[in-house]
Amino acid sequence: MRAKRRWHLDGPLIVFLVILCLSSLFILYSATGENDAAMLRQAIRILISFVVLAIVAQISPQTWHRWSPWMYVIGSMLLAAVLLLGIVGKGAQRWLDLGFFQFQPSELMKLGVPMMAAWVVSSRSLPLSFAMTCLVLLVVVFPVALVLLQPDLGTAILIAVSGFMIVILAGLRWRYMLGSLVCFVVAAPYLWTYLHDYQQRRILTLIDPWSDPLGAGYHTIQSMIAIGSGGSGGKGWLAGSQSQLEFIPERSTDFIFSVFAEEFGLMGVGALLAIYMCIVFRSLMIAYAAQDTWSRLLAGSLSLTFFFYVFVNIGMVSGMLPVVGVPLPLISYGGTSMVTLMFGFGILMSIHSHQSLMDH
Amino acid sequence: METTQIKDYLRETALARQRLSIASGVVLVMFIGLFFRVWFLQVYEYQRFETLSNDNRIRLQSVVPARGEILDRNGRLLAENKLIYSVEILPSQVDDMGALLNQIARLIHLDEISVERFMAQVKSRPSFEPQTLKLALNESEVARYAVHQHKFDGASLKVQVVRNYPYGEETAHVVGYVGRISQDDLAVIDREAYRGIRYIGRLGIEEMYEERLRGQIGFEQVETNAHGRNVRILERQEPVSGESLILGLDIELQIAAREALGDYRGSIVALDPASGAVLAFVSNPVYDPNLFVNGISQEKYGKLRDNLDRPLLNRALNGRYAPGSTIKGLVGLAALERGFSPAHTEICPGWYSLPGSSHRYRCWNHGGHGEVNLNTAIAQSCDIYFYSVANQLGIDYLHDFLTEFGLGRRTGIDLQGEPTGLVPSKEWKERARGEIWYPGETVITGIGQGFMLATPIQLAVMAATLANNGTRMAPRLVTAVDGTGYEAFKELPILIKQQVNVSNPNAMVLISEAMQEVMHGQHGTARAVGANAMYRMAGKSGTSQVIGIAQDEKYDADKIAERLRDHAIFVAYAPIENPKIALAVIVENGGSGSATAAPIARALMDQYLLKDINENTESEADKRLAIAR
Repeated sequence: MRAKRRWHLDGPLIVFLVILCLSSLFILYSATGENDAAMLRQAIRILISFVVLAIVAQISPQTWHRWSPWMYVIGSMLLAAVLLLGIVGKGAQRWLDLGFFQFQPSELMKLGVPMMAAWVVSSRSLPLSFAMTCLVLLVVVFPVALVLLQPDLGTAILIAVSGFMIVILAGLRWRYMLGSLVCFVVAAPYLWTYLHDYQQRRILTLIDPWSDPLGAGYHTIQSMIAIGSGGSGGKGWLAGSQSQLEFIPERSTDFIFSVFAEEFGLMGVGALLAIYMCIVFRSLMIAYAAQDTWSRLLAGSLSLTFFFYVFVNIGMVSGMLPVVGVPLPLISYGGTSMVTLMFGFGILMSIHSHQSLMDH
Repeated sequence: METTQIKDYLRETALARQRLSIASGVVLVMFIGLFFRVWFLQVYEYQRFETLSNDNRIRLQSVVPARGEILDRNGRLLAENKLIYSVEILPSQVDDMGALLNQIARLIHLDEISVERFMAQVKSRPSFEPQTLKLALNESEVARYAVHQHKFDGASLKVQVVRNYPYGEETAHVVGYVGRISQDDLAVIDREAYRGIRYIGRLGIEEMYEERLRGQIGFEQVETNAHGRNVRILERQEPVSGESLILGLDIELQIAAREALGDYRGSIVALDPASGAVLAFVSNPVYDPNLFVNGISQEKYGKLRDNLDRPLLNRALNGRYAPGSTIKGLVGLAALERGFSPAHTEICPGWYSLPGSSHRYRCWNHGGHGEVNLNTAIAQSCDIYFYSVANQLGIDYLHDFLTEFGLGRRTGIDLQGEPTGLVPSKEWKERARGEIWYPGETVITGIGQGFMLATPIQLAVMAATLANNGTRMAPRLVTAVDGTGYEAFKELPILIKQQVNVSNPNAMVLISEAMQEVMHGQHGTARAVGANAMYRMAGKSGTSQVIGIAQDEKYDADKIAERLRDHAIFVAYAPIENPKIALAVIVENGGSGSATAAPIARALMDQYLLKDINENTESEADKRLAIAR
């Protein structure tokens, strides 16, 4: 075989991710109020994430394909365990305390669900039969329901989207999509009653945040003021009054885009969106080039879900979408989602690099 | 088999790739959508959000100017701004209010009622609004709290400026007081000029000179964070402090005057005849103006209001009394002006009757004074002489002449709500009562009884005008203002200065001599009071009859007899050579003017005129010289 050792990584994607993570440190310094300790913690998380990415990328897609059902099953069991513990402990429970660190099973399922869905779909030849479609949907809906029960709407939506993306990319017939859309519209009023009060309020205030400027609309309004007042050039690094004077809530996590937009303006936002676009389209290219159905569907789902993150977060802080707890990927402060995302990019790179090897 | 597998594979690849291409297109459109959304906020709606952002962070705060102080003629503070310390709590920063209050209660005394009131405020107001837990900590509480305050998150020590009247009740009727601005005030005042100001002058000088005392508010542009905390000051326009007012009042004379009145209800007004400056302005009984500054309790106010002695009534300004014989000097002057000779005599048999009438008007001296001229009539206060003269002068002439001396008209003192008093005339009676004037009414007007009413300040002005050779000055409490900066100490101009029309210059001297006889003459009614003085003085006693008690006033049955006694009045000025003080003393239900009121006048004149001299001059002869100078 070949004597030369090879790192299974994708150069362009690595470069884009590094740029994004460095931007994250830069803006977090401002958003945390120049907190050096938080900075250091985030830097360590980034390093760990890249290590995870590198390791994941070295494992062949065949191996990941084999492990898909196990990840899904173990993940589902852990989700159920968390729920049971939550019932015992009274109150929302998302964490599983493993003694030395806390583990969020829903994060595992962000990868486990699309992997499993792709595994089921690719087991038969395409296009999907009706029975297969129902089976895949079941695979997706079961863990999503468990996460919804936690309740964690943001993560549930993200997991659901990653699963549905597999089905759509696998060639789900347009009439099914149209049909389910109609069903959703019809069922919406019924589903509405199942939403928590705070979730209903979030959707209502989206329609008119100014109706309750000091209550439910406060977050959205302050965030929109921050973005809008940044103007085309921004107020300057560390000089955003909305951020530095703490008018923006959750400014280092969910609302970090507002801080970014206020301090760097439309030009900064343009640059940030460009990096995200590079990452998303590079990932989609990997999916396009993938050589088996499982890899192609999974890579496509991971790319599109990543984009979905970005879209939902920016849409939420700019007042287009309701406030759901979705962080800005790779920019927001926090470790868990970052490790998961990098894990995903690791799989993408594994798919890309191992396949190009097989060509020879 | 192989071919179908390859065919399937190719088909699957084509299908997924087609979907991926569509997805890429959708992603691109959505990216553009996101960018457009941000562009919309940051460029299209930039102005709006920039304004909102500035509104968020910049707050315009008014900076309250220091209210002007009020000082007496020797620079003693009558109204000052005192710092008081209070504990304020910002509820939004407190996790466990109960625990915090318990901790604070270990350092400072908290009573249950104020804690309850505080908790009610906390519940009803937004949590980002600070609430006062305890007002006015004492010094040891401030010290103890300051040491431990870093432990109390959300609680802070606030300094407040509160108006204080160091002499309290002694100056209540002069200086007045300020009160908290009420809802009713807000409807009337210029809200912009009062932004942030908590007090407004309610009475006395505080009310009259509100504009000068208030000053001008300044502004501060402050950057605040989301929690309402001030981060830094962006711009500041300094406030202009209110002007300090310097009074002609001598607080020592003021206190002495009230002490001299003792438990009597009454009033004393002392003036500097040359300038019209008010040296003392006393109304007894008194109340503590400090009670009103932060709002007086209903109970305390009720007690003051319902008190039979009416401490809230400013007698010096609003008390109206029949002037009695104190106006005899003026009536005599009117007679001289009308061509009466100083040697003109009347016979006093103890009574007087109008021609063709049998009604007898009695002299106080029932035995009669015999033959009296102007000088002896004033000195001995013979009523008969003045009955007759008044009858000959006629009420209309008397009215006009007395009015020139300031009776029956506002003196123009710098206080709100001065009444006119009353000098009756035919026209007045017609208008007010719809009745014709009877000659008998002219007769008793000659001795200051009947309809005639004068306030203490009017009587003091009358005395001062006599002392001042007929130059009538408007009395004034504030003689100078002490502004800040460019408008430093400045004497206020004298507003009213009027020469009384007396054609015979000698007439004033004659009246002065007669009033000196009252004090120093062999038969003077107040000779006992004028004796052993180091200076010559002029004076006139009076007795004001208490005609009746208004029906709506409820008097204690036991006290009726006392309250029906005559009011004792005395007007005087001294020293004759160069009068430095003119005063009016009214002792309600004090009986005889020369017996009750005159000694008070003498004591005050002694105090005022001899104070410096006693301190600085050795020999008796030098003292006499010094006083006269």
